[in-house]
Amino acid sequence: MRKILLLLLLAASPVKAEIYDISQLDLKNHQGKVVYLDFWASWCKPCQRSFPWMNGLLNKYPAENFTVITVNLDAESEAMHEFLGKVPANFDIYHDPSGQIAEQFQVEGMPTSYLIDTSGKVVKKHIGFYTKHIDKYEREIEELL
Amino acid sequence: MKTRYHWMIMCALVTASGCSSVGVKPWERNLLAREDMLMDADALDLAFDEHIYFSKEASSGGQGFAGGGCGCN
Repeated sequence: MRKILLLLLLAASPVKAEIYDISQLDLKNHQGKVVYLDFWASWCKPCQRSFPWMNGLLNKYPAENFTVITVNLDAESEAMHEFLGKVPANFDIYHDPSGQIAEQFQVEGMPTSYLIDTSGKVVKKHIGFYTKHIDKYEREIEELL
Repeated sequence: MKTRYHWMIMCALVTASGCSSVGVKPWERNLLAREDMLMDADALDLAFDEHIYFSKEASSGGQGFAGGGCGCN
């Protein structure tokens, strides 16, 4: 019984995040899907609070219509790896130490997230993460799906 | 005379462009977000400072900041 429980627990454990270099980020590859694009850093507390919710999003919405992509803006990758050791993530992470993509998207605060529709257009921008607004964030995603 | 005029223009340009990139970007605030960068990171130090301030100014408080420097508040 204990073995079965352990197996179940292993099967239910989240998929580990894949970390890529920012040069590999091409949002065109995700056209046709609603994309939740999030910019975060290890030193940012609200970013940490958003992780469990973002992990849940991938389980909540179908993978063929929706994806979560995050960009880490830590200057040093060690800080990012240390953070991910403590806070699990099941979405793809692109490491942008120089902030080039953040500059392009005009990130105004940490975290900043963008909701991108199926045609690749940014339709919503959130500065900061507030657990009290989770319902609103999810409603916005559902409207696009 | 002409070189002086050029110098003046150069100085004006340098002065004017000095403010073109002020401040750190939100993602560059990692050092500001550190706990030891808080104004009140050291309670004892803060108490000393406030005592001196109070003694000199006969008023106190107003030294705190809200938020951790991440620009999201």
